[in-house]
Amino acid sequence: MTELIEEYQLLDAFWMTIKLTAYSAVISLILGTILAVMRVSPVRIFEWVGTTYVTLLRNTPLTLIVLFCSLGLWGQLGIELASRDSPTFIVDNGFRLAVLGLSVYHAAFVCEALRSGVNTIPLGQAEAARSIGLTFTQSMTQVILPQAFRGAITPLGNVLIALTKNTTVVAAIGVAETAYRMKAIAEFEPSLLMVGFAIVALGFVILTLPMGMLTSYLSARLAVKR
Amino acid sequence: MSDTTRVLFDAPGPKARMRYRIMAVIGALVILGLLYVVYGRLEEKGQLTAARWDWILDGSAWTNYLLPGIWDTLRAAAISIVLSMVLALVLAMARMSDVAPLRWLASVVVEFFRAVPVLIMMLFMFWFLVHRGWFPDSLNPMIGVVFGLTMYNSAVLCEVIRNGVASLPAGQREAGLSIGLSPAQVRRTILIPQSLTAMLPTLVSQIIVITKDTALGYLILYPELVTRARQLGSAESATLPAYVVAAVLFILINYTLSKIAEAVENRQRRRNRSAGKVGDANEPPPVAPAIVPSGGGHGGFGG
Repeated sequence: MTELIEEYQLLDAFWMTIKLTAYSAVISLILGTILAVMRVSPVRIFEWVGTTYVTLLRNTPLTLIVLFCSLGLWGQLGIELASRDSPTFIVDNGFRLAVLGLSVYHAAFVCEALRSGVNTIPLGQAEAARSIGLTFTQSMTQVILPQAFRGAITPLGNVLIALTKNTTVVAAIGVAETAYRMKAIAEFEPSLLMVGFAIVALGFVILTLPMGMLTSYLSARLAVKR
Repeated sequence: MSDTTRVLFDAPGPKARMRYRIMAVIGALVILGLLYVVYGRLEEKGQLTAARWDWILDGSAWTNYLLPGIWDTLRAAAISIVLSMVLALVLAMARMSDVAPLRWLASVVVEFFRAVPVLIMMLFMFWFLVHRGWFPDSLNPMIGVVFGLTMYNSAVLCEVIRNGVASLPAGQREAGLSIGLSPAQVRRTILIPQSLTAMLPTLVSQIIVITKDTALGYLILYPELVTRARQLGSAESATLPAYVVAAVLFILINYTLSKIAEAVENRQRRRNRSAGKVGDANEPPPVAPAIVPSGGGHGGFGG
């Protein structure tokens, strides 16, 4: 079992999964927040852009988006996210394209999670903010969004867990994360397939279980008392 | 825009209207600018020549690649949704059973399959079957896809059923018990049927998730829409256009499904026959926590 972990670099693979999750989580949180603000903004065209983005991205399979990033953006349009001269060009470029694909896809879900958070805020909050003369930006940043984030912890946690599991999809473009290694084990070590699957599955349980527990803890702890 | 968001800002006066208009113009200019940059890039790389796109009007691209791709995508999705519904019912029954070990076993199974990525399950089943050689090679990818989708989605749907049962008024169960039904009979004939009717909209939105997740079959050589789009792209030397068309097809299918889900939900709200209502799969279950704390994450949006 230890040989299997060492030979197929499963620890490195899980570290890659964690890195993909962390980077994509931060970027999709930022992008998703911008989209959510656009969707509730008073300017029609912003609202329209946000809605269109969410509809398009949410209905496209992640596999297609990730392939599009690698074969389309890089292969066809020559967009490179790392320096050509760097010795780790292939690895870095693949990693960043994967993060790009994961981020744009999950941003749509972050946006929806935040919107559901906005919906938990009683109308009186926004009305009070307006009545004391706050502008849209002020009421957004000081009244609505702080409460929306706290109300959206459960759906945001679910997006994070889904993101962790969805990083496996980037095996499609050859990023050496868990599913990629699992595929190698499955292909070349038929006798160890069961053990390999057990280790990988257990790894994901270990990764996602604390996230789920933290989510329930935080959502109870940070819930806005009404 | 819903009423909730309307209230976030005042009805604009003349000054604010002017400001909004200016921002709208700036926004439009930024979007047009971005589109122009994309256009320039596409043009520069010769992606917009007729040769790259004219296959769309050519029947053979559709009959050889896209239509079979859609067929295989929908077929795998349909089989998976039926199987996961059946398995979900079995799991839900087991998880609510009076026999404690059965309940524990079902809880472990459900939490496990919710935590493991669908792709990992597909890879496992596919390669397992390849090495065993039980079935003809052409069948293995399909079984792999259906296995992965069924396991994950039955675990998710099991929780939806349980959620639905838990949100029914206590009187439903009590009434059943008071006329002499056993607890198992109450669940089978009173609680679960009501939960099932109420979960119909969730079921339709789960079909969207399943349809999208069939695309994971790309990694185990299942000839669904994404795989076919890639083949089409190389055959016509039109990688980008092929992906764009595949994406449009997926969006059309899923958008239609989401509209159906909305319609079903509205209809149900009007009929309001069920005694309780079922939240969607993203709500935490209001049931007592199982031995394995909920960590699977039901955010139903795979690849």
